[in-house]
Amino acid sequence: MKDPVDVLIIGAGASGAAVAWSLAETKMHILCLEQGGWMNPAEYPSTGRDWEAKFYGEWSSSPNVRGRREDYPINDTNSPIKVVNYNAVGGSTVMYTAHWPRLHPSDFKVKTLDGVADDWPIDYDVLTPFFEENDRMMGTSGLSGDPLSPLTHPPMPQQPLGLSGAIFGKAMNKLGWHWWPSDTTVATMDYEGRARCINLGHCTPACAQGAKSSTDITYWPHAVRAGVELRTHCRVREITTDENGMASGVVYYDKDGVEQFQPAHVVIIACNGVGTPRLLLNSASARFPNGLANSSGLVGKNLMFHPYAQIYGYVKEPTDSNRAPPTCLWSKEWYDTDLSRGFVRGYGVQFVRGAGPVFEAVVSEQRGILPWGEDHHRVFRKLNGHRLGFSAICEDLPEEHNCVTLDPVLKDSHGIPAPKINYTISENSQKMMDHALARGREVLEAAGATDLCINSPIPWGGWHLLGTARMGTDPKRSVVNEWGRTHDVKNLFIVDGSVFVTSGGVNPTSTIQAIALYVADQMKQRLTNLFD
Amino acid sequence: MSADNQLTRTQRDDLRTVAAMIIPASDEYKVPGADDPAIQADMLATLGRDTKLVAAALDHLARLAGQSLAELDAAKRDAVAQEFRSSGGAAAATLVRVVLQCYYRDDRVLRSLGLELRAPFPKGYVLPDGDWSLLDPVRARGGTLRRAP
Repeated sequence: MKDPVDVLIIGAGASGAAVAWSLAETKMHILCLEQGGWMNPAEYPSTGRDWEAKFYGEWSSSPNVRGRREDYPINDTNSPIKVVNYNAVGGSTVMYTAHWPRLHPSDFKVKTLDGVADDWPIDYDVLTPFFEENDRMMGTSGLSGDPLSPLTHPPMPQQPLGLSGAIFGKAMNKLGWHWWPSDTTVATMDYEGRARCINLGHCTPACAQGAKSSTDITYWPHAVRAGVELRTHCRVREITTDENGMASGVVYYDKDGVEQFQPAHVVIIACNGVGTPRLLLNSASARFPNGLANSSGLVGKNLMFHPYAQIYGYVKEPTDSNRAPPTCLWSKEWYDTDLSRGFVRGYGVQFVRGAGPVFEAVVSEQRGILPWGEDHHRVFRKLNGHRLGFSAICEDLPEEHNCVTLDPVLKDSHGIPAPKINYTISENSQKMMDHALARGREVLEAAGATDLCINSPIPWGGWHLLGTARMGTDPKRSVVNEWGRTHDVKNLFIVDGSVFVTSGGVNPTSTIQAIALYVADQMKQRLTNLFD
Repeated sequence: MSADNQLTRTQRDDLRTVAAMIIPASDEYKVPGADDPAIQADMLATLGRDTKLVAAALDHLARLAGQSLAELDAAKRDAVAQEFRSSGGAAAATLVRVVLQCYYRDDRVLRSLGLELRAPFPKGYVLPDGDWSLLDPVRARGGTLRRAP
């Protein structure tokens, strides 16, 4: 029997790293179990000539395609949007675009403002100090002063505008629409041991330079130095409970596949909006027959993805292609509700600089715009290095039928039931996507683009996994309370995107980590009566 | 497909033929076709996890052709190719992707495109900072953040 730890964190990704680092100052015995391992930047795709090909195999963003031993399969047949993630120390911050907007203040009050979904039990102001702290830890770059975004203070200057950014800026100015350089977690100068960005190309499948912030190179080195124990290649099967209904520890499989039990006084789940409900549902017991912390019946429900509506085209002048981080600008022109558009809520836009030659060839051939035969060469030269993209991140509203359940058949390599996704795009979201595509067409045409192609929804675009263990004050309508503790199990906390009440129209990682730091802060303030 | 999970000789022949149909050599652009021996060797050496689907695609192609693809006349071969692309599903898409990803990393092809013959790391690329006065109209227009109650 292992000695109990004070705090056991499941998952070493965006939120697990942040909560571990924050709690480390308590000097409690903190252990994190992570199903993946430490990354080796020397093996990252951009170190090889086959860097683009790897994205279709071992570096795919889809765990189902990748199929590494650290991954678990996901049945997403019943969803037009497929789940993408990464499983390692750093989690999906290893494999993300580093685009770094925050939820807006209005996003926390959608019921009050727009009469839809629910208000959050916390507001933007509560999270403000944690956003700031997180930006310092992750190391953000950007330009302060965007009139249509929450005020941020990035410690590093914004990315270069580049060729693509300038084309977009001129097009948006022609139309009189808002745009601004994105806050990103790409280091534009040497920062806290990280080297500055040298434009290796598409950053999504990990950054060999270490310029893109991922928690394996930001939070984790600090947390480990502060005494947090990080045990890798350990996959948790279930959370156990004692006779009082408190979490007593976890059963997990170690790096050799041997079943282990780790007792703990506090358990924190940081497994993302699919992994977390999967674990809670797999932790059903006689006392918790419908899954742990699921008296509301809402564990796994209200899954929100952010459907991405993308349109792209080709301009005559060269674009940045693969020679820059993929996103550089955002627009909040259509972020807030305007009912004259035919839908409620709104979307953010991220502008995409371009694509590498292999990606361009593969996608364009599939689209039917790159022919076979003699004309292939001429057409490819017209397309390659001339692409511009407009991607709208549409706010998904919570709907209980969009959910994560356990697949009755599919299991991971340890025999643990895999998650199954049931998801449809709502009428409101579809109208939003249609609106975004129409605006994107106008922008691209203003930029002089032709051969416009629509990719909507982006099928492998399920990056943002939100809402499946929502936060609230009413135990009948939520899974965790306003400071992240589950209503049903008083020593069990959730800190990942599962707790989102609504999704906003922006990439969520900044907000996920701010919430993790906020929950950690709440725990530290309540250490003497944490279980009351 | 042979027992060792490699392509058979017939499959390799058809792969070479269909690769040349996708991307033929060009004197104008001074590039080889995708049937070039070095590019074909790259494909075979790096098939890896794609082997099964590529083999399935080639089997599908052989069924459509009814004989060796190379022996068909041009018109018939084009018709088979069209049918293959529309009915081949994920297997056909994988085969085409394998051809493209090996072709567009060949030195001669990259040189023709004006691209450098190297991995992105460690040299990276230079990105122009750009004219930030483009933001002036956005600043002038201003706007307000929707406030929460």
